[in-house]
Amino acid sequence: MKYVDEFRDPALLRKALAEIRSLVEPGRTHRLMEVCGGHTHAIFRFGLKELLPPEIELIHGPGCPVCVLPMGRIDDGLELANDPECIFTAFGDMMRVPGSQGSPLESKARGADVRIVYSPLDALRIAQQNPERRVVFFAIGFETTAPSTALTLLRARELGVMNFSVFSNHVTVIPAIRAILDSPDMRLDGFIGPGHVSTVIGCRPYEFIARDYRCPIVVSGFEPADILQSIVMILRQLRAGESKVENQYGRVVPWAGNLPALKALAEVFEVRPHFEWRGLGFISQSALRIRESFAAWDAEKVMPIRGVCVADPKAAQCGEVLKGVLKPHECKLFGVECTPERPIGALMVSSEGACAAHFKYGQTRLPIVTT
Amino acid sequence: MCLAIPAQICELLDDHLQLAVVDILGVRRKVSVQLLQADPPRPGDWVLIHVGFAMSKISGERAAEQLELLRQLGEAGAAQEEAGGYQVAADE
Repeated sequence: MKYVDEFRDPALLRKALAEIRSLVEPGRTHRLMEVCGGHTHAIFRFGLKELLPPEIELIHGPGCPVCVLPMGRIDDGLELANDPECIFTAFGDMMRVPGSQGSPLESKARGADVRIVYSPLDALRIAQQNPERRVVFFAIGFETTAPSTALTLLRARELGVMNFSVFSNHVTVIPAIRAILDSPDMRLDGFIGPGHVSTVIGCRPYEFIARDYRCPIVVSGFEPADILQSIVMILRQLRAGESKVENQYGRVVPWAGNLPALKALAEVFEVRPHFEWRGLGFISQSALRIRESFAAWDAEKVMPIRGVCVADPKAAQCGEVLKGVLKPHECKLFGVECTPERPIGALMVSSEGACAAHFKYGQTRLPIVTT
Repeated sequence: MCLAIPAQICELLDDHLQLAVVDILGVRRKVSVQLLQADPPRPGDWVLIHVGFAMSKISGERAAEQLELLRQLGEAGAAQEEAGGYQVAADE
């Protein structure tokens, strides 16, 4: 059983839950989307859904970098990896993500030189240590991660490391939120805003959500008490008929973001005209490509990349799950053909993916005692 | 990968690369503190690390909470592996 007492600060949780119960409109479903995969993971792990009244429905958003990466980009990256001159580097999260010809791990098993790195600086170091090889860093992530790639490219230029390049798959959170808000089959009452993305971009970029879509958004920390407190803040806005941007995670997130990070991003990257997101399709101005001034380190310029488009497996319903139209277990493949051991869709790979989280924590649902 | 790892600054390296030696989950690693240049950390300060870069300064109390959160999320092992894996500008 899940008791509130198991949490670090049960009194705080109990207070937040009582306030949530007092704020919900009985009989009305309040649909709140957590944008960030870290929040999705925490919500499942701590069973927060089961603590919340039935009037609160949490929709899992697109904020899991590996989950939104289309298969074509993985295929493109792995084609580079098959060149014996190439050392293909990527974060561990990427290793089991399936492309149409298999995952990076499977490429490695077939003989490609695929290496896990924990920082883009490590990939640069591998390039320095292997001057006769071409080292590609397969860059993924939202604005949390993109500044690290930018600073690594700045350093590569400074050090003159010419056998290093980046295959940029960095995406930006704001266009994805806008695409979801514009989606005709989506009705949301509020957003639990991403925590660590906001340490970089700050809170101002979210203002259009409150102003143009009349939708509250609260940037949230990752503790159970943070997430519940953010829900309280959203409900208070709804009750007062307001919509504004609030920052529950002020202890880490500055309102203006991180200026050195934003400066590095602007120096190295520019916005792509459009980019494909798995499940969401092409979204305009939703990703970052490397500027012409860094073309010598841009894998898309210095290596042969075909830019393939690959349709997702037909039976998988990743797109509907990503948009929150379907719950993970409502997909035909969930838990049968698609499992964390043998993922078909990327949502089943990362612990931040809704399907993997649901598979891991959702099946052992136990009776709940909340008070 | 959204969850940052808390680390304590041991030593700021006097170089233009803006690196610092940190204690991250019990191992000493070099990380970049370039993103904190507006308000540079000092030895003893706590920071949140993401892919080899310090992203923000936090209090010691928040650092302890973040560690506990990683443990509860079952991410402590992955965080340990990440911390141990950093090769950032390791000594030649």
